[in-house]
Amino acid sequence: MTTLLDLFTLVAVSAGTFFFFAGTVGLLRFPDSLTRLHALSKADNLGLGLVALGLIPHAENLLSALKLIVIWVLVLLSSASTSQLIGRALRRGRK
Amino acid sequence: MTLLSILDVELALLIVGVAIWTIAARDLFGAVVGYVAYGLLLAFVWIRLYAPDVALTEAAVGGGVTGVLLITAGKRLGALKNAVPDAQPRLAFKLLTAALAALVACAIGAAVLMLPDPPPSLAPDAAAAANGAGAGLGNPITAVLMSYRSFDTMLEKVVLILAVIGVWSVGTDKAWGGAPAPFRKAKSYPPMVFFAQFLAPVGVLIGIHLFWAGANAPGGAFQGGALLAAMWMVTMMARLVEPPPVDAQWLRLSLVAGPAVFLIAGLAGEIVAGSFFAYPPSLAKPIILLIEAFMVLSIAAALPMLVAGPPSERTDP
Repeated sequence: MTTLLDLFTLVAVSAGTFFFFAGTVGLLRFPDSLTRLHALSKADNLGLGLVALGLIPHAENLLSALKLIVIWVLVLLSSASTSQLIGRALRRGRK
Repeated sequence: MTLLSILDVELALLIVGVAIWTIAARDLFGAVVGYVAYGLLLAFVWIRLYAPDVALTEAAVGGGVTGVLLITAGKRLGALKNAVPDAQPRLAFKLLTAALAALVACAIGAAVLMLPDPPPSLAPDAAAAANGAGAGLGNPITAVLMSYRSFDTMLEKVVLILAVIGVWSVGTDKAWGGAPAPFRKAKSYPPMVFFAQFLAPVGVLIGIHLFWAGANAPGGAFQGGALLAAMWMVTMMARLVEPPPVDAQWLRLSLVAGPAVFLIAGLAGEIVAGSFFAYPPSLAKPIILLIEAFMVLSIAAALPMLVAGPPSERTDP
């Protein structure tokens, strides 16, 4: 059971790290701000979500597991909102 | 070298890199963003130094509040630039500034290099005092701040109030008693309103938790207060609430509440426990929590007022 959980953590955190890597590559390589925002949201949402999910089996207790999920939800919310705000500022700047 | 120490060295190099980039950035906004990133990276350094209390403060103040303050200041500078002809400082003046900055850096460097070995430290005394009678808290950092260095902690809050008075006094005579200008000129934008409505209750809860947990775990009045301040600023940015007039009685009372309660408790200690800022051991924890609760209030009121700026010309309530 422990091996299985460890394996789950390994797979989930690796997948999360991959999304962070992909997001960073996108941030550096994409041509304009809107596509860069698109790349960042992948790292924030999926990457962090997978890392948090992978760490849950290793949480000390139920409360810390819940805290991990709350952190992910808060980052989801703030990254979605700030992307919206940055996108709007960009659109206004173009006009 | 182990993997962790390699990461530490990389973190240190990254910070130096970001610091140089921040200084070298020509664009004001870019420099502010660099400074915020620098603050957040510093928070990681404090965590690696096993100082989570300092890390929390650095993240909240260095990364958060200072960032908002600098961006707002930058925006106002941008508006000013159009009005005043931009006079470039002369070369001699620039050289003098650079020389003075280098002198300060050299003096700090010399002070660090000339430290006696082992360095004189108050830490053992402070730890003993924090564990001793009258401290009454599980978190030694909070115990040191509230019991061992209580006068300094009180004066820090007084400095915050002085800063608010300084900012307010920049306003014109006509604007005195009015409210600072709203955070944004534009009317509220739905995603920002949604964000503020969702985040503010969660942030307020976490802020109060940080203050409450600060008695026994990393956290404390300043960290909790800074988070509450941030939540107030977020709601003001969404135009859900407007900055209050500077002569509002509740605002002034909340600003002075922290230091005032602290000072009263300190003077009471002279009578009850026999020395200034001494707490009777059996009541130490409730008294400290009471003082801290009012300090949270003062910090949560002072930081947004610093960002909101002086009262504006608009006189309508």
